[in-house]
Amino acid sequence: MSIDPATLTIASALEGLAKKEFTSVELTEACIEAMQAAKPLNAMITETPDKAREMAKASDARRAKGEAGLLDGIPLAIKDLFCTEGVLTTAASHILDGFHPTYESTATANLWKAGAVMLGKLNLDEFAMGSSNETSYYGPVINPWRGKNGEKLVPGGSSGGSAAAVAAGFALGVTGTDTGGSIRQPAALCGITGIKPTYGRVSRWGIVAFASSLDQAGPMTRTVRDSALMLQAMAGFDPKDSTSVDLPVPDYLANLEGGVKGLRIGIPREYRMDGMDREIEALWEQGKAWLKEAGAEIVDIHLPHTHYALPAYYIVAPAEASSNLARYDGVRYGLRVPGKDLIEMYENTRGEGFGREVQRRIMIGTYVLSAGYYDAYYTKAQKVRTLIKKDFEQAFQRVDAILTPTAPNAAFPLGAKTDDPVTMYLNDVFTVPVNLAGLPGLSVPAGLNGDGLPLGLQLIGKPFDEAMLLRVGRTLEKAANFTARPQAWWRQ
Amino acid sequence: MSLDRTAVAKIAKLARLKMEPERLDAMTSELNRILSFVEELQAVNTENVEPMTSVMPMKLRMRDDVVTDGGNAEAVLKNAPQRQGDFYTVPKVVE
Repeated sequence: MSIDPATLTIASALEGLAKKEFTSVELTEACIEAMQAAKPLNAMITETPDKAREMAKASDARRAKGEAGLLDGIPLAIKDLFCTEGVLTTAASHILDGFHPTYESTATANLWKAGAVMLGKLNLDEFAMGSSNETSYYGPVINPWRGKNGEKLVPGGSSGGSAAAVAAGFALGVTGTDTGGSIRQPAALCGITGIKPTYGRVSRWGIVAFASSLDQAGPMTRTVRDSALMLQAMAGFDPKDSTSVDLPVPDYLANLEGGVKGLRIGIPREYRMDGMDREIEALWEQGKAWLKEAGAEIVDIHLPHTHYALPAYYIVAPAEASSNLARYDGVRYGLRVPGKDLIEMYENTRGEGFGREVQRRIMIGTYVLSAGYYDAYYTKAQKVRTLIKKDFEQAFQRVDAILTPTAPNAAFPLGAKTDDPVTMYLNDVFTVPVNLAGLPGLSVPAGLNGDGLPLGLQLIGKPFDEAMLLRVGRTLEKAANFTARPQAWWRQ
Repeated sequence: MSLDRTAVAKIAKLARLKMEPERLDAMTSELNRILSFVEELQAVNTENVEPMTSVMPMKLRMRDDVVTDGGNAEAVLKNAPQRQGDFYTVPKVVE
Protein backbone atom coordinates (compact mmCIF):
# COMPACT_ATOMS: atom_id res chain seq x y z
CA MET A 1 0.00 0.00 0.00
CA SER A 2 1.14 3.56 -0.42
CA ILE A 3 1.63 5.53 2.77
CA ASP A 4 1.84 9.31 2.98
CA PRO A 5 3.70 9.97 6.23
CA ALA A 6 2.59 13.61 6.16
CA THR A 7 -0.95 12.48 6.94
CA LEU A 8 0.06 10.39 9.96
CA THR A 9 0.67 11.14 13.60
CA ILE A 10 2.70 8.91 15.92
CA ALA A 11 -0.55 7.80 17.56
CA SER A 12 -2.29 6.99 14.27
CA ALA A 13 0.79 5.22 12.91
CA LEU A 14 0.99 3.08 16.06
CA GLU A 15 -2.64 2.16 15.48
CA GLY A 16 -1.94 1.30 11.84
CA LEU A 17 0.99 -0.87 12.90
CA ALA A 18 -1.05 -2.60 15.59
CA LYS A 19 -3.89 -3.30 13.15
CA LYS A 20 -1.38 -4.57 10.57
CA GLU A 21 -2.50 -1.97 8.03
CA PHE A 22 1.18 -1.51 7.27
CA THR A 23 4.54 -2.65 8.62
CA SER A 24 7.29 -0.50 10.07
CA VAL A 25 9.40 -1.39 7.04
CA GLU A 26 6.71 0.05 4.73
CA LEU A 27 6.19 3.12 6.90
CA THR A 28 9.93 3.70 7.17
CA GLU A 29 10.38 3.35 3.42
CA ALA A 30 7.70 6.01 2.88
CA CYS A 31 9.46 8.33 5.35
CA ILE A 32 12.84 7.78 3.65
CA GLU A 33 11.31 8.63 0.28
CA ALA A 34 9.72 11.79 1.73
CA MET A 35 12.98 12.74 3.48
CA GLN A 36 14.96 12.42 0.28
CA ALA A 37 12.37 14.42 -1.64
CA ALA A 38 12.66 17.18 0.97
CA LYS A 39 16.38 17.84 0.36
CA PRO A 40 15.69 21.43 -0.79
CA LEU A 41 14.75 22.20 2.84
CA ASN A 42 18.27 21.21 4.01
CA ALA A 43 16.73 19.85 7.21
CA MET A 44 19.11 16.88 7.48
CA ILE A 45 22.85 16.83 8.06
CA THR A 46 23.15 13.04 7.89
CA GLU A 47 20.58 10.60 6.52
CA THR A 48 20.77 7.03 7.79
CA PRO A 49 18.34 5.13 5.51
CA ASP A 50 20.13 1.77 5.86
CA LYS A 51 20.12 1.98 9.63
CA ALA A 52 16.43 2.97 9.48
CA ARG A 53 15.55 -0.06 7.35
CA GLU A 54 17.44 -2.36 9.69
CA MET A 55 15.73 -0.91 12.76
CA ALA A 56 12.31 -1.11 11.09
CA LYS A 57 12.87 -4.76 10.24
CA ALA A 58 13.82 -5.51 13.83
CA SER A 59 10.73 -3.63 14.99
CA ASP A 60 8.42 -5.66 12.77
CA ALA A 61 9.99 -8.82 14.19
CA ARG A 62 9.38 -7.61 17.76
CA ARG A 63 5.80 -6.73 16.95
CA ALA A 64 5.22 -10.15 15.39
CA LYS A 65 6.37 -11.69 18.66
CA GLY A 66 4.01 -9.46 20.64
CA GLU A 67 6.90 -7.52 22.16
CA ALA A 68 6.22 -4.06 20.71
CA GLY A 69 7.37 -1.10 22.82
CA LEU A 70 5.74 2.29 23.32
CA LEU A 71 7.05 3.74 20.03
CA ASP A 72 7.78 0.54 18.20
CA GLY A 73 8.33 1.02 14.49
CA ILE A 74 7.93 4.82 14.49
CA PRO A 75 10.45 6.66 12.28
CA LEU A 76 12.01 9.62 14.10
CA ALA A 77 14.81 12.04 13.27
CA ILE A 78 17.34 13.27 15.82
CA LYS A 79 18.71 16.76 16.26
CA ASP A 80 22.42 16.54 15.47
CA LEU A 81 23.28 17.63 18.99
CA PHE A 82 22.57 14.17 20.42
CA CYS A 83 25.48 11.75 20.28
CA THR A 84 24.52 8.69 18.28
CA GLU A 85 26.81 5.70 18.42
CA GLY A 86 28.77 5.26 15.21
CA VAL A 87 26.79 7.99 13.39
CA LEU A 88 28.41 11.33 12.56
CA THR A 89 27.49 13.93 15.21
CA THR A 90 28.34 17.53 14.31
CA ALA A 91 26.37 20.06 16.41
CA ALA A 92 26.25 21.77 12.97
CA SER A 93 29.82 22.92 13.62
CA HIS A 94 32.93 22.65 11.47
CA ILE A 95 34.89 21.93 14.65
CA LEU A 96 33.26 18.50 15.06
CA ASP A 97 34.27 17.37 11.57
CA GLY A 98 34.21 13.61 11.33
CA PHE A 99 33.18 13.01 14.95
CA HIS A 100 31.64 9.57 15.34
CA PRO A 101 30.66 9.07 18.99
CA THR A 102 31.42 5.70 20.53
CA TYR A 103 28.38 6.03 22.79
CA GLU A 104 24.67 6.88 22.57
CA SER A 105 22.96 9.73 24.45
CA THR A 106 20.58 8.53 27.14
CA ALA A 107 17.60 10.35 25.62
CA THR A 108 18.01 8.70 22.21
CA ALA A 109 18.90 5.33 23.78
CA ASN A 110 15.52 5.56 25.58
CA LEU A 111 13.76 6.14 22.25
CA TRP A 112 15.44 3.14 20.63
CA LYS A 113 14.59 1.08 23.70
CA ALA A 114 10.95 2.02 23.09
CA GLY A 115 11.33 0.65 19.55
CA ALA A 116 11.67 3.86 17.51
CA VAL A 117 13.49 3.93 14.16
CA MET A 118 16.18 6.50 13.32
CA LEU A 119 15.95 8.30 9.96
CA GLY A 120 19.02 10.45 10.50
CA LYS A 121 20.44 13.58 12.07
CA LEU A 122 18.80 16.99 11.79
CA ASN A 123 20.30 20.36 10.97
CA LEU A 124 20.40 23.04 13.68
CA ASP A 125 22.08 26.31 14.56
CA GLU A 126 25.76 25.74 15.31
CA PHE A 127 25.99 24.39 18.87
CA ALA A 128 22.28 25.30 19.16
CA MET A 129 23.19 29.00 19.21
CA GLY A 130 20.66 30.85 17.13
CA SER A 131 16.98 31.49 16.54
CA SER A 132 16.77 31.03 12.78
CA ASN A 133 18.95 28.03 11.91
CA GLU A 134 21.16 30.35 9.87
CA THR A 135 24.34 29.78 11.92
CA SER A 136 24.73 26.13 10.85
CA TYR A 137 28.03 25.22 9.18
CA TYR A 138 25.87 23.04 6.91
CA GLY A 139 23.82 25.98 5.67
CA PRO A 140 20.41 27.31 6.66
CA VAL A 141 17.27 25.20 6.89
CA ILE A 142 14.34 26.42 4.81
CA ASN A 143 10.90 26.55 6.43
CA PRO A 144 8.35 24.35 4.60
CA TRP A 145 6.00 27.33 4.96
CA ARG A 146 6.71 30.05 2.42
CA GLY A 147 5.88 33.73 2.38
CA LYS A 148 2.89 35.18 0.56
CA ASN A 149 4.93 35.69 -2.58
CA GLY A 150 6.86 32.46 -2.30
CA GLU A 151 9.82 33.94 -0.39
CA LYS A 152 11.98 31.50 1.53
CA LEU A 153 11.62 31.80 5.28
CA VAL A 154 13.63 30.58 8.27
CA PRO A 155 12.20 27.73 10.36
CA GLY A 156 13.32 29.34 13.63
CA GLY A 157 16.03 27.83 15.76
CA SER A 158 17.97 26.33 17.06
CA SER A 159 15.95 23.14 16.40
CA GLY A 160 15.12 24.39 12.89
CA GLY A 161 15.81 21.13 11.06
CA SER A 162 13.69 19.35 13.65
CA ALA A 163 10.69 21.64 13.19
CA ALA A 164 11.01 21.60 9.39
CA ALA A 165 11.13 17.78 9.30
CA VAL A 166 7.86 17.48 11.20
CA ALA A 167 6.16 20.30 9.30
CA ALA A 168 7.24 18.83 5.95
CA GLY A 169 5.91 15.51 7.16
CA PHE A 170 8.83 13.16 6.62
CA ALA A 171 9.48 12.41 10.30
CA LEU A 172 6.59 11.55 12.60
CA GLY A 173 8.46 13.03 15.52
CA VAL A 174 11.87 14.50 16.27
CA THR A 175 14.06 15.42 19.19
CA GLY A 176 14.94 19.00 19.97
CA THR A 177 16.86 20.78 22.67
CA ASP A 178 15.89 24.04 24.29
CA THR A 179 18.29 26.41 26.07
CA GLY A 180 16.34 29.65 25.56
CA GLY A 181 13.46 28.65 23.30
CA SER A 182 15.08 26.32 20.78
CA ILE A 183 12.23 23.79 20.82
CA ARG A 184 9.28 26.15 21.28
CA GLN A 185 10.16 29.00 18.91
CA PRO A 186 10.83 26.81 15.83
CA ALA A 187 7.75 24.73 16.72
CA ALA A 188 5.70 27.94 16.61
CA LEU A 189 7.30 29.17 13.37
CA CYS A 190 6.65 25.82 11.64
CA GLY A 191 3.15 25.14 12.97
CA ILE A 192 3.97 22.10 15.13
CA THR A 193 3.93 21.14 18.82
CA GLY A 194 7.02 21.06 21.03
CA ILE A 195 7.65 20.71 24.73
CA LYS A 196 10.66 21.74 26.76
CA PRO A 197 10.43 19.64 29.91
CA THR A 198 11.42 20.75 33.40
CA TYR A 199 15.18 21.01 33.92
CA GLY A 200 16.30 17.56 35.06
CA ARG A 201 13.38 15.62 33.55
CA VAL A 202 15.24 14.31 30.48
CA SER A 203 18.86 13.26 30.83
CA ARG A 204 21.41 15.58 29.24
CA TRP A 205 24.03 12.82 29.11
CA GLY A 206 25.47 12.48 25.63
CA ILE A 207 23.94 15.72 24.35
CA VAL A 208 26.54 18.25 23.17
CA ALA A 209 26.49 20.88 25.94
CA PHE A 210 25.71 24.54 25.25
CA ALA A 211 24.66 26.10 28.59
CA SER A 212 24.44 23.30 31.11
CA SER A 213 22.15 24.98 33.64
CA LEU A 214 19.61 25.81 30.92
CA ASP A 215 19.79 22.97 28.35
CA GLN A 216 16.93 20.51 28.25
CA ALA A 217 15.88 18.03 25.57
CA GLY A 218 12.33 17.34 24.48
CA PRO A 219 10.10 16.09 21.66
CA MET A 220 8.64 17.99 18.70
CA THR A 221 5.64 16.45 16.98
CA ARG A 222 2.43 17.14 15.08
CA THR A 223 0.11 16.76 18.05
CA VAL A 224 0.08 17.16 21.80
CA ARG A 225 -0.65 13.45 22.21
CA ASP A 226 2.44 12.59 20.16
CA SER A 227 4.57 14.86 22.34
CA ALA A 228 3.19 13.09 25.41
CA LEU A 229 4.08 9.72 23.87
CA MET A 230 7.62 10.72 22.98
CA LEU A 231 8.26 12.45 26.29
CA GLN A 232 7.08 9.31 28.05
CA ALA A 233 9.87 7.40 26.36
CA MET A 234 12.59 10.08 26.66
CA ALA A 235 12.11 11.13 30.30
CA GLY A 236 13.51 9.45 33.36
CA PHE A 237 16.25 9.39 35.95
CA ASP A 238 19.79 8.85 34.68
CA PRO A 239 22.64 8.40 37.14
CA LYS A 240 25.03 9.55 34.38
CA ASP A 241 23.60 13.10 34.49
CA SER A 242 24.26 14.65 37.90
CA THR A 243 21.34 17.07 37.46
CA SER A 244 18.88 14.38 36.36
CA VAL A 245 16.03 14.26 38.85
CA ASP A 246 15.19 10.99 40.57
CA LEU A 247 11.41 11.24 40.33
CA PRO A 248 9.06 8.68 38.79
CA VAL A 249 7.79 9.56 35.30
CA PRO A 250 3.99 9.91 35.45
CA ASP A 251 1.71 8.52 32.75
CA TYR A 252 1.45 11.55 30.45
CA LEU A 253 -1.48 10.09 28.53
CA ALA A 254 -3.62 9.21 31.54
CA ASN A 255 -5.28 12.59 31.96
CA LEU A 256 -4.55 14.10 28.56
CA GLU A 257 -8.25 14.53 27.80
CA GLY A 258 -8.99 15.83 31.30
CA GLY A 259 -9.88 19.31 30.08
CA VAL A 260 -9.38 22.59 31.93
CA LYS A 261 -12.61 22.92 33.89
CA GLY A 262 -11.85 24.65 37.16
CA LEU A 263 -8.20 25.26 36.32
CA ARG A 264 -6.70 28.69 36.78
CA ILE A 265 -4.70 30.04 33.86
CA GLY A 266 -2.41 33.02 34.45
CA ILE A 267 -1.90 35.85 31.96
CA PRO A 268 1.31 37.78 32.75
CA ARG A 269 0.75 41.45 31.94
CA GLU A 270 4.50 42.02 31.47
CA TYR A 271 4.37 39.87 28.34
CA ARG A 272 2.25 42.51 26.66
CA MET A 273 5.19 44.35 25.14
CA ASP A 274 5.28 47.80 23.58
CA GLY A 275 4.92 47.55 19.84
CA MET A 276 3.70 43.99 20.05
CA ASP A 277 2.56 42.43 16.76
CA ARG A 278 -1.22 42.92 16.62
CA GLU A 279 -1.86 39.46 15.19
CA ILE A 280 0.17 37.84 17.97
CA GLU A 281 -1.76 39.84 20.53
CA ALA A 282 -5.08 38.85 18.94
CA LEU A 283 -4.11 35.18 18.97
CA TRP A 284 -3.21 35.43 22.65
CA GLU A 285 -6.66 36.92 23.34
CA GLN A 286 -8.18 34.09 21.33
CA GLY A 287 -6.24 31.55 23.42
CA LYS A 288 -7.63 33.09 26.60
CA ALA A 289 -11.13 32.92 25.18
CA TRP A 290 -10.72 29.26 24.17
CA LEU A 291 -9.58 28.22 27.63
CA LYS A 292 -12.29 30.29 29.31
CA GLU A 293 -14.91 28.70 27.11
CA ALA A 294 -13.57 25.28 28.08
CA GLY A 295 -14.16 26.11 31.73
CA ALA A 296 -10.87 27.60 32.93
CA GLU A 297 -10.64 30.72 35.02
CA ILE A 298 -8.39 33.41 33.57
CA VAL A 299 -6.27 35.21 36.17
CA ASP A 300 -4.10 38.30 35.70
CA ILE A 301 -0.63 37.74 37.11
CA HIS A 302 2.60 39.68 37.51
CA LEU A 303 6.05 38.53 36.49
CA PRO A 304 7.78 41.83 37.27
CA HIS A 305 11.33 40.86 36.25
CA THR A 306 10.40 39.60 32.77
CA HIS A 307 12.13 42.54 31.11
CA TYR A 308 15.48 41.47 32.58
CA ALA A 309 15.32 37.84 31.49
CA LEU A 310 16.97 38.32 28.08
CA PRO A 311 19.91 40.38 29.37
CA ALA A 312 20.44 37.88 32.21
CA TYR A 313 20.28 35.03 29.71
CA TYR A 314 22.85 36.68 27.44
CA ILE A 315 25.30 36.67 30.33
CA VAL A 316 24.59 33.25 31.82
CA ALA A 317 24.30 31.29 28.57
CA PRO A 318 27.50 32.63 26.94
CA ALA A 319 29.39 32.22 30.23
CA GLU A 320 28.47 28.56 30.40
CA ALA A 321 29.05 28.14 26.68
CA SER A 322 32.56 29.59 26.83
CA SER A 323 33.36 27.11 29.55
CA ASN A 324 31.70 24.12 27.84
CA LEU A 325 33.28 24.87 24.47
CA ALA A 326 36.78 25.06 25.95
CA ARG A 327 37.00 21.32 25.28
CA TYR A 328 37.21 21.83 21.50
CA ASP A 329 40.95 22.17 21.13
CA GLY A 330 41.81 20.00 18.15
CA VAL A 331 43.53 17.40 20.30
CA ARG A 332 41.08 14.58 20.95
CA TYR A 333 38.39 14.71 18.27
CA GLY A 334 37.06 16.81 15.44
CA LEU A 335 38.90 19.41 13.43
CA ARG A 336 42.59 20.11 13.90
CA VAL A 337 44.24 23.06 12.17
CA PRO A 338 48.04 22.84 12.60
CA GLY A 339 50.12 25.59 14.20
CA LYS A 340 53.77 26.10 15.03
CA ASP A 341 53.17 25.26 18.68
CA LEU A 342 50.36 23.94 20.86
CA ILE A 343 48.80 27.34 21.60
CA GLU A 344 48.78 28.32 17.95
CA MET A 345 47.20 24.99 17.08
CA TYR A 346 44.41 25.68 19.59
CA GLU A 347 43.89 29.19 18.22
CA ASN A 348 43.91 28.13 14.60
CA THR A 349 41.58 25.21 15.24
CA ARG A 350 39.06 27.26 17.22
CA GLY A 351 39.36 30.31 14.94
CA GLU A 352 38.53 28.22 11.91
CA GLY A 353 36.25 25.64 13.55
CA PHE A 354 33.75 27.95 15.23
CA GLY A 355 31.37 30.17 13.28
CA ARG A 356 30.70 33.83 14.01
CA GLU A 357 27.81 33.54 16.44
CA VAL A 358 29.59 30.86 18.45
CA GLN A 359 32.75 32.99 18.59
CA ARG A 360 30.72 35.99 19.75
CA ARG A 361 29.24 33.97 22.58
CA ILE A 362 32.58 32.48 23.59
CA MET A 363 34.01 36.02 23.66
CA ILE A 364 31.17 37.45 25.76
CA GLY A 365 31.34 34.46 28.09
CA THR A 366 35.10 34.73 28.48
CA TYR A 367 34.77 38.43 29.25
CA VAL A 368 31.96 38.19 31.82
CA LEU A 369 33.79 35.42 33.65
CA SER A 370 37.16 37.18 33.64
CA ALA A 371 38.76 38.58 36.80
CA GLY A 372 37.32 41.95 37.76
CA TYR A 373 34.08 41.55 35.79
CA TYR A 374 32.71 38.31 37.24
CA ASP A 375 30.60 39.93 39.98
CA ALA A 376 29.38 42.83 37.87
CA TYR A 377 28.09 40.51 35.16
CA TYR A 378 27.86 36.85 36.07
CA THR A 379 26.94 37.10 39.77
CA LYS A 380 24.53 39.93 38.97
CA ALA A 381 22.83 37.85 36.28
CA GLN A 382 22.52 34.85 38.60
CA LYS A 383 20.88 37.12 41.20
CA VAL A 384 18.41 38.37 38.63
CA ARG A 385 17.76 34.75 37.74
CA THR A 386 16.79 34.10 41.37
CA LEU A 387 14.31 36.99 41.13
CA ILE A 388 12.82 35.66 37.89
CA LYS A 389 12.34 32.24 39.43
CA LYS A 390 10.67 33.84 42.49
CA ASP A 391 8.27 35.70 40.19
CA PHE A 392 7.11 32.38 38.77
CA GLU A 393 6.91 30.72 42.20
CA GLN A 394 4.63 33.49 43.40
CA ALA A 395 2.47 33.30 40.30
CA PHE A 396 2.12 29.54 40.61
CA GLN A 397 0.61 29.94 44.07
CA ARG A 398 -2.42 31.34 42.28
CA VAL A 399 -2.51 29.54 38.92
CA ASP A 400 -2.10 26.06 37.42
CA ALA A 401 -0.47 27.17 34.17
CA ILE A 402 0.49 30.37 32.36
CA LEU A 403 -0.52 31.29 28.81
CA THR A 404 1.63 33.51 26.58
CA PRO A 405 2.54 33.81 22.91
CA THR A 406 5.50 31.58 21.98
CA ALA A 407 7.36 34.05 19.77
CA PRO A 408 6.98 37.76 19.02
CA ASN A 409 6.66 37.14 15.26
CA ALA A 410 5.94 34.55 12.60
CA ALA A 411 8.66 33.02 10.40
CA PHE A 412 10.79 35.71 8.72
CA PRO A 413 12.86 35.78 5.52
CA LEU A 414 16.40 34.45 5.49
CA GLY A 415 18.90 37.15 6.36
CA ALA A 416 16.26 39.49 7.84
CA LYS A 417 17.74 39.48 11.34
CA THR A 418 21.38 38.54 10.86
CA ASP A 419 22.91 42.04 10.81
CA ASP A 420 22.52 42.73 14.49
CA PRO A 421 22.89 39.92 17.04
CA VAL A 422 20.55 41.57 19.54
CA THR A 423 17.68 41.77 17.02
CA MET A 424 17.92 38.01 16.66
CA TYR A 425 18.08 37.51 20.43
CA LEU A 426 14.72 39.31 20.85
CA ASN A 427 12.98 36.37 19.15
CA ASP A 428 13.29 34.45 22.42
CA VAL A 429 11.80 37.13 24.63
CA PHE A 430 8.82 34.96 25.69
CA THR A 431 10.69 31.66 26.00
CA VAL A 432 13.95 32.58 27.77
CA PRO A 433 12.42 33.29 31.22
CA VAL A 434 11.15 29.68 31.31
CA ASN A 435 14.68 28.27 30.91
CA LEU A 436 16.09 30.67 33.50
CA ALA A 437 13.53 29.32 35.98
CA GLY A 438 13.96 25.68 34.87
CA LEU A 439 10.23 25.30 34.18
CA PRO A 440 8.45 23.21 31.55
CA GLY A 441 7.06 25.04 28.50
CA LEU A 442 4.87 23.81 25.66
CA SER A 443 4.18 25.45 22.30
CA VAL A 444 0.98 24.57 20.47
CA PRO A 445 0.16 25.77 16.93
CA ALA A 446 -2.88 28.00 17.29
CA GLY A 447 -3.54 29.84 14.06
CA LEU A 448 -2.30 31.50 10.88
CA ASN A 449 -1.44 35.16 10.45
CA GLY A 450 -2.59 37.35 7.56
CA ASP A 451 0.24 36.00 5.40
CA GLY A 452 -0.87 32.43 6.03
CA LEU A 453 2.01 31.65 8.40
CA PRO A 454 1.61 29.63 11.60
CA LEU A 455 1.68 31.19 15.06
CA GLY A 456 2.02 29.38 18.37
CA LEU A 457 0.83 29.81 21.93
CA GLN A 458 3.03 28.91 24.87
CA LEU A 459 1.96 27.28 28.12
CA ILE A 460 4.28 27.44 31.12
CA GLY A 461 3.88 24.99 33.98
CA LYS A 462 5.05 24.25 37.50
CA PRO A 463 8.20 22.16 37.91
CA PHE A 464 7.59 18.54 36.83
CA ASP A 465 3.97 19.29 35.96
CA GLU A 466 4.32 18.34 32.29
CA ALA A 467 1.12 16.31 32.59
CA MET A 468 -0.83 19.48 33.38
CA LEU A 469 0.82 21.36 30.50
CA LEU A 470 -0.03 18.62 28.04
CA ARG A 471 -3.60 18.50 29.30
CA VAL A 472 -4.11 22.26 28.92
CA GLY A 473 -2.25 22.09 25.62
CA ARG A 474 -4.60 19.40 24.39
CA THR A 475 -7.57 21.67 25.18
CA LEU A 476 -5.96 24.52 23.22
CA GLU A 477 -5.22 22.16 20.36
CA LYS A 478 -8.82 21.01 20.18
CA ALA A 479 -10.14 24.57 20.25
CA ALA A 480 -7.62 25.86 17.69
CA ASN A 481 -8.16 22.89 15.40
CA PHE A 482 -5.00 23.78 13.51
CA THR A 483 -5.14 21.63 10.39
CA ALA A 484 -3.31 23.88 7.92
CA ARG A 485 -0.33 22.30 6.15
CA PRO A 486 2.39 23.79 4.01
CA GLN A 487 2.20 22.97 0.31
CA ALA A 488 4.88 20.48 -0.70
CA TRP A 489 6.67 22.95 -3.06
CA TRP A 490 9.98 21.19 -2.39
CA ARG A 491 8.82 18.11 -4.29
CA GLN A 492 9.91 18.71 -7.87
CA MET B 1 31.50 49.77 30.00
CA SER B 2 32.77 49.62 26.47
CA LEU B 3 35.52 47.47 25.01
CA ASP B 4 38.25 48.73 22.70
CA ARG B 5 40.11 46.76 20.08
CA THR B 6 43.01 45.96 22.42
CA ALA B 7 40.65 44.55 25.05
CA VAL B 8 38.86 42.43 22.45
CA ALA B 9 42.20 41.10 21.17
CA LYS B 10 43.06 40.14 24.74
CA ILE B 11 39.74 38.32 25.22
CA ALA B 12 40.31 36.47 21.94
CA LYS B 13 43.72 35.44 23.23
CA LEU B 14 42.19 34.22 26.51
CA ALA B 15 39.52 32.30 24.56
CA ARG B 16 42.16 30.84 22.23
CA LEU B 17 40.45 32.17 19.12
CA LYS B 18 42.58 33.30 16.22
CA MET B 19 41.09 36.53 14.95
CA GLU B 20 42.18 38.38 11.84
CA PRO B 21 42.56 42.19 12.23
CA GLU B 22 39.47 42.98 10.11
CA ARG B 23 37.38 40.52 12.10
CA LEU B 24 38.58 42.14 15.32
CA ASP B 25 36.94 45.45 14.35
CA ALA B 26 33.60 43.85 13.63
CA MET B 27 33.82 41.78 16.81
CA THR B 28 34.52 44.91 18.87
CA SER B 29 31.33 46.61 17.73
CA GLU B 30 29.26 43.41 18.06
CA LEU B 31 30.47 42.80 21.61
CA ASN B 32 29.79 46.39 22.59
CA ARG B 33 26.30 46.10 21.18
CA ILE B 34 25.66 43.01 23.31
CA LEU B 35 27.26 44.53 26.40
CA SER B 36 25.11 47.65 26.16
CA PHE B 37 22.08 45.38 25.88
CA VAL B 38 22.95 43.44 29.05
CA GLU B 39 23.85 46.69 30.86
CA GLU B 40 20.14 47.04 31.72
CA LEU B 41 20.66 44.53 34.51
CA GLN B 42 22.42 47.18 36.56
CA ALA B 43 18.99 48.78 37.08
CA VAL B 44 17.72 45.78 39.05
CA ASN B 45 17.92 45.99 42.82
CA THR B 46 19.59 42.73 43.88
CA GLU B 47 20.46 43.69 47.42
CA ASN B 48 20.09 40.66 49.71
CA VAL B 49 19.35 38.38 46.74
CA GLU B 50 21.30 35.14 46.56
CA PRO B 51 22.77 34.29 43.16
CA MET B 52 21.20 31.15 41.73
CA THR B 53 23.41 28.08 41.99
CA SER B 54 20.91 25.37 41.08
CA VAL B 55 17.71 25.94 39.16
CA MET B 56 16.01 22.91 40.73
CA PRO B 57 16.56 22.50 44.45
CA MET B 58 18.69 19.38 44.57
CA LYS B 59 21.71 18.03 46.34
CA LEU B 60 24.46 16.57 44.24
CA ARG B 61 24.34 12.81 44.56
CA MET B 62 27.27 10.88 45.97
CA ARG B 63 28.34 7.49 44.79
CA ASP B 64 30.80 4.92 46.01
CA ASP B 65 34.34 5.81 45.10
CA VAL B 66 34.95 2.82 42.89
CA VAL B 67 36.06 2.37 39.30
CA THR B 68 33.00 1.92 37.09
CA ASP B 69 34.47 2.42 33.65
CA GLY B 70 37.75 2.36 31.79
CA GLY B 71 40.06 0.18 29.78
CA ASN B 72 38.57 1.50 26.53
CA ALA B 73 41.63 3.11 24.97
CA GLU B 74 40.47 2.25 21.46
CA ALA B 75 37.06 3.90 21.96
CA VAL B 76 38.62 6.93 23.61
CA LEU B 77 41.15 7.42 20.81
CA LYS B 78 38.81 6.54 17.97
CA ASN B 79 38.21 10.16 16.95
CA ALA B 80 41.77 11.41 17.50
CA PRO B 81 42.93 13.74 14.70
CA GLN B 82 46.45 12.35 15.24
CA ARG B 83 47.70 9.51 17.41
CA GLN B 84 50.67 7.31 18.04
CA GLY B 85 49.86 4.01 19.68
CA ASP B 86 47.63 4.76 22.65
CA PHE B 87 48.54 8.45 22.74
CA TYR B 88 47.20 11.66 21.23
CA THR B 89 49.95 13.58 19.53
CA VAL B 90 50.31 17.38 19.60
CA PRO B 91 53.00 19.85 18.53
CA LYS B 92 56.08 19.72 20.74
CA VAL B 93 55.44 21.38 24.12
CA VAL B 94 58.77 20.87 25.95
CA GLU B 95 62.11 21.46 24.23
